[in-house]
Amino acid sequence: MQFNTRSPIYLQIAEYIYDLILSNVWEDGQRIPSVRDMAIELEVNPNTVIRTYSLLQEEGSLENQRGIGYFTAKDARSMVLKKRRERFLKKELPALFVTMDKLGLSLQDLQEYEKNRNKKEIENEVKPQEEQ
Amino acid sequence: MEQEIQKNDLDLQSTQDIVVSMQDIGFSYGNVPLFKHLNLDISRGNIYGLLGKNGAGKTTLLKILSGQLFIDEGKTTALGENPQKRTPSLLSEIFYLPEEFPLPKMKGSEYLKVRAPFYPKFDHNEFARFCEEFDIDLEKRLDQMSLGQKKKVLLSFGLASNTAILILDEPTNGLDIPSKRQFRQIVASAMTENRTFIISTHQVRDMENLIDPIIILHDGSVIFNDTVASVSEKYVLDLVTEEPDKDKAFYTEKVLGGWMVLNERTDDSDGKPLDLETLFNVIVDRSKGGTK
Repeated sequence: MQFNTRSPIYLQIAEYIYDLILSNVWEDGQRIPSVRDMAIELEVNPNTVIRTYSLLQEEGSLENQRGIGYFTAKDARSMVLKKRRERFLKKELPALFVTMDKLGLSLQDLQEYEKNRNKKEIENEVKPQEEQ
Repeated sequence: MEQEIQKNDLDLQSTQDIVVSMQDIGFSYGNVPLFKHLNLDISRGNIYGLLGKNGAGKTTLLKILSGQLFIDEGKTTALGENPQKRTPSLLSEIFYLPEEFPLPKMKGSEYLKVRAPFYPKFDHNEFARFCEEFDIDLEKRLDQMSLGQKKKVLLSFGLASNTAILILDEPTNGLDIPSKRQFRQIVASAMTENRTFIISTHQVRDMENLIDPIIILHDGSVIFNDTVASVSEKYVLDLVTEEPDKDKAFYTEKVLGGWMVLNERTDDSDGKPLDLETLFNVIVDRSKGGTK
């Protein structure tokens, strides 16, 4: 995993875990790697992983079963989805609107782009087969 | 201190038991004073990073707390003992990896037989695993190895010794590129809440995410001993395009595209946290003004 300098490492690890949960690499209610295994994988201080796990446990997306280990919550995916959607609507979308205003783009323009993007994706999927 | 231990097993940093305590230390090399009224507490279950400029006394500090150098003034305690007494009970709980060292004319496997018995908690399985990960041939003679290979043997030995205190002086010097990564993984895997690692280094980028808390040694004393997180919670770095007022800002640094300015964190701050290099520069810079 590549870390950046934009936010503290323990929060970057939290985002990484959210991604694992959203993409179903970690399923709801499954056991997850121990603090030590996660620290080895990410090459970070185990105390940093403890900090991340504690944060997510407080939020409710992780559970600690004493003596057994850490698990994702039974509703982890829907929790993370809600959290990420909220962030998109509150932070990323307003920023997007500001950029659109600056560039003189309307929602209709974006809809056009969205249609074209879908078309292109289909074309890209077809292309390799044509070459064969 | 004992009654302050919090029973929260999630947060190792809250277990405040002190493994090393240095109080009002004075130390000189002949007539040249190095430490004046130095104070330092080190608590269990952490990987400390010891930073300081060349000649700040990092190695001297490490040698004092492992009983290799004797202080002129003050009091040092390691695991409740005076390291200058060099008791076997203390020495079997401290492993010290020097920056440079001669090794005897023997094979790695022979070294293991001779030295491992001094460390009652030595784990031979772990040692074998570390050597395998570092790709060390224990049938090769130690004095014929390169600095990097020697370092990997002693690193594996020190980590497998399971001592309460592990001191590593510039451990990544001499390591090749893949070994630095293995080093981080092995250190993370050998860390437990009962151990304390103290790593002195100039190579902060090798260990940016591994060492925390940070100890900064400057001008004869410890001017910083805290977690990076506690600083990131209070301050952020913002990039500004107009030259900042140097008297008002805590710290400014000219960078490509403007100035980095250290500001107090507010709820809607979106600046970036301090990296270790900047943290070091900020702390050392601010200590010059006599403020802390």
